[in-house]
Amino acid sequence: MLNFILKRLGLALLVALTVSFISFILLFLSGDPAIALAGEGATDEDVLAIRKLYGFDRPMLMQYASWLLSALSGDFGESYYFKLPVSSLIADRLSVTMLLGLCGISFALLTAVPLGVIAAIRPNSIIDRIALFLSVAGQAMPSFWFGLILIVAFSIKLRWLPPSGTDSWRNFIMPTVVLGYYAMPAIMRLTRAGMLDVLSSDYIRTARAKGASEMRVMFKHALRNAIIPVVSLAAVQMGFMLGGSIVVESIFALHGAGYLAWESISRNDLPTVQALILIFSMFYITFTFLADVLNAWLDPRMRSS
Amino acid sequence: MCQSKSCQDTPILSIDNLTIDIPTSAGTLHAVRGISLDLKRGETLCIVGESGSGKSLTSLALMGLLGKRIVPRADRMEFDGIELTTASARTMRKLRGARMAMIFQEPMTSLNPAYTIGDQLMEALTLHGGSSRKKARARAIELLEKVGITAAESRLSQYPHQLSGGLRQRVMIAMALMCEPELIIADEPTTALDVTIQAQILRLLADLQREMNMAMILITHDLGVVARVADKVAVMYAGELVETGPVKEIFAAPSHPYTRGLLRCIPLPGKTKRGSVLGTIPGIVPSLVGDVEGCTFRTRCEHAAPACRGPIPLHSSPEGTHSFRCIYKPGSLQAEAALSTGTSV
Ligand SMILES: Nc1ncnc2c1ncn2[C@@H]1O[C@H](COP(=O)(O)OP(=O)(O)O)[C@@H](O)[C@H]1O
Ligand code: SF4
Ligand SMILES: [Mg+2]
Repeated sequence: MLNFILKRLGLALLVALTVSFISFILLFLSGDPAIALAGEGATDEDVLAIRKLYGFDRPMLMQYASWLLSALSGDFGESYYFKLPVSSLIADRLSVTMLLGLCGISFALLTAVPLGVIAAIRPNSIIDRIALFLSVAGQAMPSFWFGLILIVAFSIKLRWLPPSGTDSWRNFIMPTVVLGYYAMPAIMRLTRAGMLDVLSSDYIRTARAKGASEMRVMFKHALRNAIIPVVSLAAVQMGFMLGGSIVVESIFALHGAGYLAWESISRNDLPTVQALILIFSMFYITFTFLADVLNAWLDPRMRSS
Repeated sequence: MCQSKSCQDTPILSIDNLTIDIPTSAGTLHAVRGISLDLKRGETLCIVGESGSGKSLTSLALMGLLGKRIVPRADRMEFDGIELTTASARTMRKLRGARMAMIFQEPMTSLNPAYTIGDQLMEALTLHGGSSRKKARARAIELLEKVGITAAESRLSQYPHQLSGGLRQRVMIAMALMCEPELIIADEPTTALDVTIQAQILRLLADLQREMNMAMILITHDLGVVARVADKVAVMYAGELVETGPVKEIFAAPSHPYTRGLLRCIPLPGKTKRGSVLGTIPGIVPSLVGDVEGCTFRTRCEHAAPACRGPIPLHSSPEGTHSFRCIYKPGSLQAEAALSTGTSV
């Protein structure tokens, strides 16, 4: 197990390094960053001075190394647009997005897994039908539309929940539901299919032949095996939620990192975009790594491969 | 357990008219029809018959493992006086694994890949209460050694995928024996294994059965094994018990044409070689969906006559131990065979 973890950790670090290099290169993609920094109407001397000041005249690899070192210590440079350190700009935003992502994935897992399990235990029952309906509806309904419906219903008509902002936990209820509901159908269908598959397997019959109770059969013997693919899917979804919550953040005016990324792209604020891409990628790599470890714990066959 | 003579003689298992219908999209599949069997403590019954004849369904019905969709019916299906067809789920759960255990055909997939051998062995004991983990562990090691697994203690922490098929089946046997069951059902326990290992596993089962004085139902295609381990033989064809009786009588005087076909290649009961397989009979098995009437073997039987479409009488020996179902009376086919080949029986 430890061997497996170390191997995966090494792999994750390698991927992280590659990704960091790619996001570093991004800065040079849209031309000379010194010219961009100097702004309109700058003289050649200004550009030269800026190039020297920011170290753009050094060899690429050197620049990457020093950029990486400062990034590791939390210094992502200065935003072209706000003229503020990127780190201070994204700190708050990131916590909003993280919170939203965690709430969203928790909501998705807490609804999808039990529904999927019950649907598999009782195929074609009422609950199975409801689960199928929810999953088809979730797949068909765009997030922004669902979000607007919720705002109309719960904020405008019923006046139960605030439509926007980040003042209290109540602001997060609707965004969580919208974001979670986006991930729910796939997780539910995978859980249901996995459970159905596992429940018809020989080792489940063995467990019953031993005299195990249905509860024990379902939760000790079946769910543990059925949940393995769900873990990987949830990790991917979680990564996706962090980067992909732009729609939800903008509907509910939650000023999160997703929204900031979108704004920064349209403002050509490369250092901010670069920092966000790097951070999102690191989260993504971390979740995948954690999912691998969790899977290896669940499925011993994975440890040896 | 009971030692008295009368107790030894009362059957541990008594089945009367077991019927299993399976609903299918094409109609009701009459998969098992009217099976009656008795098994005493310590006795071994071998069930033979080609695949699809309902052997597995019959054993799963005994274990209560058919699932919700398939409900077996019987005039009587008693295990040590407990009526199984009406027993509660709780009662069945307490019997399964504790007093009756089963070994399956597929060792490769019958163990849970997520848990260690030790976990799964110990679970068989701790599930039925009254045993600490420490005791269960000691028992698991003891049984692994008993089923011939070396370095038993270190095996406990291994996972199924680290073991070969033969080892996994040994683990399955050990698991079935954890609670010292009074009845063990082994459904083609070696079919999925290498030929070289098959004999070892069957010998092991037979030895353990004798040592622990369990009743055993062994489903196998190996007539050599039947000849050596069986007390009784039951021959199934298309969901029916066509002939049953003491092993010696079945081999010496097979009465049903199907049994005679199966045993055709076997020269003499005492000389049946290990690994000799059932003879094959040309022809196809009729569909068991919808009404099933008359003798289902008539599409393949060389003695078939118009009367085979009607009700078929059951012939029983005077002691009631040997019986078969055919329009011909006992002995008449042997006599006919003797006439045609010019030899005496
Ligand atoms: N769950 C099931 N659903 C439908 N048909 C089944 C099911 N289980 C068994 N059968 C059918 O019942 C018959 C007997 O099966 P089985 O008892 O497995 O035979 P055997 O063990 O003698 O090879 C076969 O025709 C098989 O196709
Ligand atoms: S009843 Fe008829 S068809 Fe069936 S075994 Fe006897 S002779 Fe053959
Ligand atoms: Mg079978």
